[in-house]
Amino acid sequence: MRALQAVRAKPGDLPTIGKSPTGIRGLDEITQGGLPQGRPTLLCGSAGCGKTLFGMTFLYNGAVEYGEPGVFLAFEEQPQELIKNVGSLNYDIGRLVAEKKLAIDHVEIERSKIAEAGEYDLEGLFIRLGFAIDSIGAKRVVVDTIETLFSGLENEQLLRSELRRLFEWLKAKGVTAVITGERGEGTLTRYGLEEYVADCVILLDNRVHDQLSTRRLRIVKYRGSAHGTNEYPFIIDEQGITVMPITSSGLAHEASTERVSSGIADLDQMLEGKGYYKGSSILVSGMAGSGKSTIAAHFADAVCGSGQRCIYFATEESPRQVIRNMRSIGIDLQRWIDKKLMRFSARRPSLFGLESHLATMYRDVSEYDPAAVVIDPMSALLGAGASGDVHAMVLRLVDFLKARGITALFTNLGVVAGDNAATEIQISSLMDVWLLLYNRESNGEHNRQLYLLKSRGMAHSNQVREFILSSEGIRLREAYLGPEGVLTGSARLAQEAKDRAAMLVREQEAERRSRELERKRREIAAQIEILQAQLASEEAETALTNREGVAREDQLAADRVAMGVSRQTGARPDKPAAKPTNKPKKRLDSI
Amino acid sequence: MTEYDGYSLRLYVAGQTPKSIAAVANLKKICEQHLPGRYEIEIVDLMKDPALAVRHQIVAIPTLIRQLPEPLKRIIGDLSNTERVLVGLDIRPN
Repeated sequence: MRALQAVRAKPGDLPTIGKSPTGIRGLDEITQGGLPQGRPTLLCGSAGCGKTLFGMTFLYNGAVEYGEPGVFLAFEEQPQELIKNVGSLNYDIGRLVAEKKLAIDHVEIERSKIAEAGEYDLEGLFIRLGFAIDSIGAKRVVVDTIETLFSGLENEQLLRSELRRLFEWLKAKGVTAVITGERGEGTLTRYGLEEYVADCVILLDNRVHDQLSTRRLRIVKYRGSAHGTNEYPFIIDEQGITVMPITSSGLAHEASTERVSSGIADLDQMLEGKGYYKGSSILVSGMAGSGKSTIAAHFADAVCGSGQRCIYFATEESPRQVIRNMRSIGIDLQRWIDKKLMRFSARRPSLFGLESHLATMYRDVSEYDPAAVVIDPMSALLGAGASGDVHAMVLRLVDFLKARGITALFTNLGVVAGDNAATEIQISSLMDVWLLLYNRESNGEHNRQLYLLKSRGMAHSNQVREFILSSEGIRLREAYLGPEGVLTGSARLAQEAKDRAAMLVREQEAERRSRELERKRREIAAQIEILQAQLASEEAETALTNREGVAREDQLAADRVAMGVSRQTGARPDKPAAKPTNKPKKRLDSI
Repeated sequence: MTEYDGYSLRLYVAGQTPKSIAAVANLKKICEQHLPGRYEIEIVDLMKDPALAVRHQIVAIPTLIRQLPEPLKRIIGDLSNTERVLVGLDIRPN
């Protein structure tokens, strides 16, 4: 927009048309800046498709955002009605009127009250419009719906020439005008207004498919400007109009090497220990009760925990229910909502079609600017779209999120574990990470398993892991590989018990052996003592024998002395020879 | 409203256009012929007071409004079709 004006401001440069931004999310992207400035745009569509609201939004945004006052020339609604009708969108039209930023003029024409007698023109209308424009210095004009004139006045030929004059006059006035028209049979407008407005024609449409209505917008033509040519879904809700632009940039998004935690330490471990890539799209699919929402909540919790914003699109449960359920596994999402880091957006899928849901998401994301989004479950939305649209619409959403570097986690409900439903095939190819959750039945129980089917751009674990929901959230258990594959649940417990029993036996055996050893050691020690005692007694014996020998020698010597004495003089004859032998015997007993 | 028992007519024009001039002339002629002494005409030039166009819901030019007798009647055009003017003003039954 600014670039275009800059180019235009330089004389000699190629002329391009200026644009007047509508301030309608998405539309300014499709039209690359807004409506042709200073020219009339025709806005056509059937009753109830949002023409009046579109016109009012154009004026409101012009007055509030872009400093361009506007005139609303209403043929169908009274000013008070108009003000009330858009009051629900928080457009304070009354204040703008009071501040002279907006003027509403209601043109009342009723055929029954007007008689035609001779030639006339619509100069009165021009005067009114001119008066309104000049009174507030209007730059924008909305005429809604000028075709009412055809039912109010007889002379159709005159009306046609007057309308032609009106559009020329609006151009000469230099106002950016939006003229609305009713959709006709086989024509864009019932009275062929498209003949006069050649610069820009926008078609609004509200189609009902499977009882779900989807609003769509298409730029039929835009002279002098490139523009998106597709049909773009749009929504009207309490926040006004949002058009979901389908970006043509497609695959031009940045590929980040930054990582974000999955919120589950064990799962991060499976993803090179770091988690998902920032800006990647993660699909978590599994059957009912396999823990998809829990994985989603862990992720959301981790995002908010790192101080970044996250939007949780709940398509099946109310926010309160999600918060309650997650609290039971120890995840407190409420605190993030309180800290304004998390926002819930809960809408029933059956409320409107897939495209409208995507437009809503687009609006919420543009507004909140989150680092990550969770769509839980995606499958509920897929049911809301005509089958052929699903792929295209999800592609648009994925592209949009990627272009903004937003990490997106989608959950998808499969009917049977590992069942590759058609939609799953369609959307899984758009996903960077695909987590499969199984809920396998074996030994009379269901056990949860997790498998990382793919994870683009990283060396991820190929293991099937059992995961357990506890009051502390998800824990992944090391894969237990038995002879018949991965063991889970009680089978795993049984195997582990068996292992433990074997271990116990081994431990007991070892204990028994060490006890035996101890016993032997003591036995040997006792034997050693006995042997030592024997040795001691033998030593004592030997010593005694030696002493007896000495004593005997002494005795013999003494005897010899005594014999010698007796032979000579008979000295000491009363000393008995047996006495010394008694003594050593006593000593031996005491040992 | 006043107690005036004749026709109180107001003709809205936008400057001196041929249609406006014709309308003024036609109106005077019809009134003289069918309502002698029982009418009053006010000519409003919206070029001079455009706010009146909004206030009085004027779209086509010229527009003739019969303010009295009530109810209000509205005729658009240069009044060249005398029959239609007479019917529109309830001077002659339909």
